[in-house]
Amino acid sequence: MDLAYSAEYEQFRNELRRFLKENKHRSPDMFATSFTGEERAKAARDWQRLLIEHGYAARTIPREYGGYGAEPDPLKSHIIAEEFARHRVRPGHSGDNRLVPTVLELGTEEQKQWLIPPTVRGEMTWCQGYSEPESGSDLASLTTHAHVDGDDFVINGQKIWTSGANRADMMFCLVRTEPDAPKHEGISYLIFSMDTPGIEVRPLITMTGEAFFNEVFFTDARVPTTQIIGKRGEGWFVANNTLKYEREGLGDPNQTESRLLELVTLMQRETIGGERVIDIPVYRDRLQKLQGRVLAMKYNSMRVLTSRSKGEEPGLPRWIVKLQGCELNHQIANLAIDALGELGTLYYGSPLLRDGGRWQQRYMMDLGLIIGGGTAQIQKNIIGERALGLPKEPKYASESS
Amino acid sequence: MDFALSEEQTILQDTVREYLRQHCTLESVRLNVQDSITLDADIARGLLDLGLPGIVVPEEFGGAGLGYLDAALVAEALGEAIAPIPFLGPNVVAPYALQSAGSDQQQADWLPKIASGNAVFGIAFSASSSSRSDGSTSVDSGQINGEHTFVIDANDATQFLMASGDSEIYLVDANDVELTLLRTIDRTRSVAQITMNGTPCELLPGSSSNGALRRSIAVGRIMLAADSLGAAQSMLDKSVAYAKERKQFNRVIGSFQAVKHMCAEMAAELEPCKSLIWYAAHSVLAIPEETVVVACHAKAHLSEVAQFVARKSTEVHGGMGFTDLLGLHYWFKRIGLNRQLLGSPDEVREEAAQAQDW
Repeated sequence: MDLAYSAEYEQFRNELRRFLKENKHRSPDMFATSFTGEERAKAARDWQRLLIEHGYAARTIPREYGGYGAEPDPLKSHIIAEEFARHRVRPGHSGDNRLVPTVLELGTEEQKQWLIPPTVRGEMTWCQGYSEPESGSDLASLTTHAHVDGDDFVINGQKIWTSGANRADMMFCLVRTEPDAPKHEGISYLIFSMDTPGIEVRPLITMTGEAFFNEVFFTDARVPTTQIIGKRGEGWFVANNTLKYEREGLGDPNQTESRLLELVTLMQRETIGGERVIDIPVYRDRLQKLQGRVLAMKYNSMRVLTSRSKGEEPGLPRWIVKLQGCELNHQIANLAIDALGELGTLYYGSPLLRDGGRWQQRYMMDLGLIIGGGTAQIQKNIIGERALGLPKEPKYASESS
Repeated sequence: MDFALSEEQTILQDTVREYLRQHCTLESVRLNVQDSITLDADIARGLLDLGLPGIVVPEEFGGAGLGYLDAALVAEALGEAIAPIPFLGPNVVAPYALQSAGSDQQQADWLPKIASGNAVFGIAFSASSSSRSDGSTSVDSGQINGEHTFVIDANDATQFLMASGDSEIYLVDANDVELTLLRTIDRTRSVAQITMNGTPCELLPGSSSNGALRRSIAVGRIMLAADSLGAAQSMLDKSVAYAKERKQFNRVIGSFQAVKHMCAEMAAELEPCKSLIWYAAHSVLAIPEETVVVACHAKAHLSEVAQFVARKSTEVHGGMGFTDLLGLHYWFKRIGLNRQLLGSPDEVREEAAQAQDW
């Protein structure tokens, strides 16, 4: 065990710090209010290009597809994330962390050339068409379907929980193309423009009052048959590849730790009967309980990072992150609201509002994240079955075909 | 950055585990603790051969010169096996306190004896780690009066380290105190009350000013937390094995989500605790400024998680979990005692808050 970084990594960190110091003013955050939308968009593209040139974005994506082309190094990726967060500078991106790795792994050469460079530059944005009203946890039962007519797939059906569908240029989408095959073998992974005629996007307002998600309706939407990743009927396999990348992001302990520190500040500031909330034993103890959990998850993430940097599969320490991390965020928001009491119920736009109403927003949003991206119950099945080796539920006879 | 066990550490832990698997079975523990809790001489000799008593004693004093993460890995293995062996007092906290606050002479006198198993130190810190009204002492011209309760690893002790005053640590010979064994729920760890009447005592001189008592308590808490981690991991493993084997309604019960989810919840709570213990134990020598706070959290969080696992594991085992026949209660009770020793979770969390000036 050695918590220090070796000279190579310290040097990498120092170069990054120097870069951030010299270039911070070019980050699109600086254009937030005083520039037009077009200027901000250009600033974002320029910033991304600069970051790729220096290896701080799209780092491991091959050069021929517009990336920096470095060997994967989880420690360096971690240092990049840490320093951007510490300097409060907007990090770059690798295009779309679900789509890009999937195309790189399973797409044709032509698809890679077409999709990856503009995605990495931030000029082609994506949304994910997976969940359907009748297919949530049991995603493979999805019924949005496509039949072939000439050179096109013709898509009909509906998707839901599609984040960013109102802004995205493109969708990667699971569609049933082989109606007679068993459910896992009848799905294809299609990619198409959101401008395709026959696609309608309706915002889905959530309990927070915001529209992070959308419903997407397909009525005879025509997509060329070449716009498929993998073969017909292999979509389930391709999608599982994508889900692997998506779940990584939920429950990040660094975000959890910074929320805990915000909560400490709140409890030191707010008073009940003239006494700081943090000095009142019941609240104080709840805070300490949460801190113990936060520390455990923080060190757990160091363990995961170390496994990755050695090229090992972390196993259980990784599988618990989404379940535990999202629950912990929810509990932190819960204590913040309780510490505020009645003030904690105030929401956007109210007089007397504290911290911009964000604790209520988080309390609700975190519940959404406990459900989304694989519900807590599905997470427990994964832990029970994959990590502990417990048997699956027996299937009903009608499903077993 | 390498937040992982070294190969040597993995081998150390596996070696201790394997030894205990063979020599410290549930049957042997049952026999051992029937009447009184005492050191199993055979196991003690075996552990001596593995070098455990001197694990953190420097090589110049005949020890292995290892660190507190290594010690925590041993404590974890002992907890897994509910080994009725004094370890955290005589082999971890005592050598830590002697190295932190003992004079050169005291270190030269005692550290070799600890390493060779010829001195066994009980630890009488509870008045400082968890101030209840009972158990207070006073020192006057080299003599100590009063009593200590919940003295850890007391039964086989040849010496005691005891707290007195604000921060002082004193060394006392076990022959000079009156010892009354207490009977806790846990029969695998000996706890006692000791009474001193004009008992000769020797100050560890550094302790008057350097915070050694506080840090020694922190080290003890980390070891208790590691012990609970091991005991809880054992209970989880037993639950999973039982859930794969026990059938009801023509199915193994582990295929029912009600049971599967209890197992998954135990695993999800317990797995991050390993990293918390590793960090806390590693901090003792590497990041000492963080040790007191992180030890409080390790102790408090493991107390909660291990208690949760103890309860759920018993439920997974159904009626059998409640019987003496299965013996699961030995782990349940060890976790129950660990939870209170050197400060209950609530007390320890308050200490963590104070230590951070919150």
